[in-house]
Amino acid sequence: MATLMLRIRIEEKTFPGDDDQRRTIFRALSLDIADGQVCVLTGASGVGKSTLLSIVSGADSEFRGSVSGRARPIGMLFQTPRLLPWLTALRNVELAIPGHAPDAARWLAAVGLKGHEQDYPQRLSGGMARRVALARALAVEPALLLLDEPFASLDEATAQAMRNLLRDSFAKRRPTTLLVTHDLAFASSLGDRVIVLEGPPARIVRDVAISRRDDAGSARFKLGSPAQ
Amino acid sequence: MTEVSAISTNIQRWQSAAALLAMVLAWQVAASVAADRLFPGPVQVVSVLLNEAVRGELLYHLGISLARVAASLGAAILIGAALGYAAGRSRRADIWMRPWIVLLLNMPALITVILIYIWLGLADTALVLAVTLNKIPNVVVTIREGAGRLDKDLAEMAELYRFSRAAMLRYVVLPQLAPFFLVTLRNGLALTWKIVLLAELLGRSNGVGFQLQVYFQNFDVAHILAYAISFGVVMLAIEYGLLVPLERRLLEWRR
Repeated sequence: MATLMLRIRIEEKTFPGDDDQRRTIFRALSLDIADGQVCVLTGASGVGKSTLLSIVSGADSEFRGSVSGRARPIGMLFQTPRLLPWLTALRNVELAIPGHAPDAARWLAAVGLKGHEQDYPQRLSGGMARRVALARALAVEPALLLLDEPFASLDEATAQAMRNLLRDSFAKRRPTTLLVTHDLAFASSLGDRVIVLEGPPARIVRDVAISRRDDAGSARFKLGSPAQ
Repeated sequence: MTEVSAISTNIQRWQSAAALLAMVLAWQVAASVAADRLFPGPVQVVSVLLNEAVRGELLYHLGISLARVAASLGAAILIGAALGYAAGRSRRADIWMRPWIVLLLNMPALITVILIYIWLGLADTALVLAVTLNKIPNVVVTIREGAGRLDKDLAEMAELYRFSRAAMLRYVVLPQLAPFFLVTLRNGLALTWKIVLLAELLGRSNGVGFQLQVYFQNFDVAHILAYAISFGVVMLAIEYGLLVPLERRLLEWRR
């Protein structure tokens, strides 16, 4: 049994609503994620998946509760790429890994952007910019990896290549991962656990452990307690 | 640049040159008709300008005024940017600074210059301080605007990836403030040299402002225009030799 590592306890998280009333996003949400576990988060749009990632990353601290055992370095693929528009694709990755600049080009090549190192984000398509952001997230060799819809706005061939990249990367090194996606087929092949959120306020309605690949190479869902 | 747009740009340049030439010709004709020493023509003004340049007077006084402009503008930008950044990032700092900024923004430059000369004496430091004080509020207002609009998402990203403070400043904050600094520099240059000339006229014994005062006493319009033109030429050189290339370099990523 792996060592328990990331403990998320959210007593309450609210946002300003339209009519002076605060909208409750989370209430009494509790989630433990074991070291090296790949946890897939899914649920309807607007339920709070991205907010949960933001809380886990430490960027959002305006909530009642706590997040402990947050390992570093953290790699994160945000909903938008969040690239520095005045720096080239290469510099955007390099800045996240000071002292390991040569690795940046290797990661850009790994996400299929060889030859685009000197392009500014404005010249990249949405999908390409997203891949630069993914390269940056992986380049830091994260202990905690937060991925928000990593395959959104990618064409199918590129999305498949990115799935393979993540799979290969996880085969070598498996950071604790929170992955927001609607791509459950992929999630089942890579994840250890699928968590379904419903709300508001968001609550965990399904916490599904995924059994590791069987002999036939397919993954199976197993309803039950979290795989830890 | 396409061939068509290159031709269009060339035509625009020729049109601008032709307009300038027409203005100079009209000036020369009007001066010839007036035939008055209080209304010299361009040929006479250029001749005075060349004569002053050869004697070394023009460059000496121009150099002194430019040094004062540079010192005042540099100090105003350094101090004003720090205050403006604080005001843009902290509501409390903004509230504390706001009345001072409004007061200084509306204070006539003449009053500041006179008061500082009275308190500190007719010295270069007093001049630079007076001009700096006049310019600081403009810098604060512009940089405060930029600092208030800094992208929160980029700051979050930089914090997540643990950018050093230097990297945060250099790669996240300053590039976002660059357009605001350019506005400050441009407006600052225009405003600062006018106040420097005024301060020189009031209390210094060298510089373009002092020379203008001397020639004003003698009603020597040719010299006054010669110095005015030379200063204008220097400002144009700074605009096209320094600010435009700087702007192009800073905003290269937008192209």
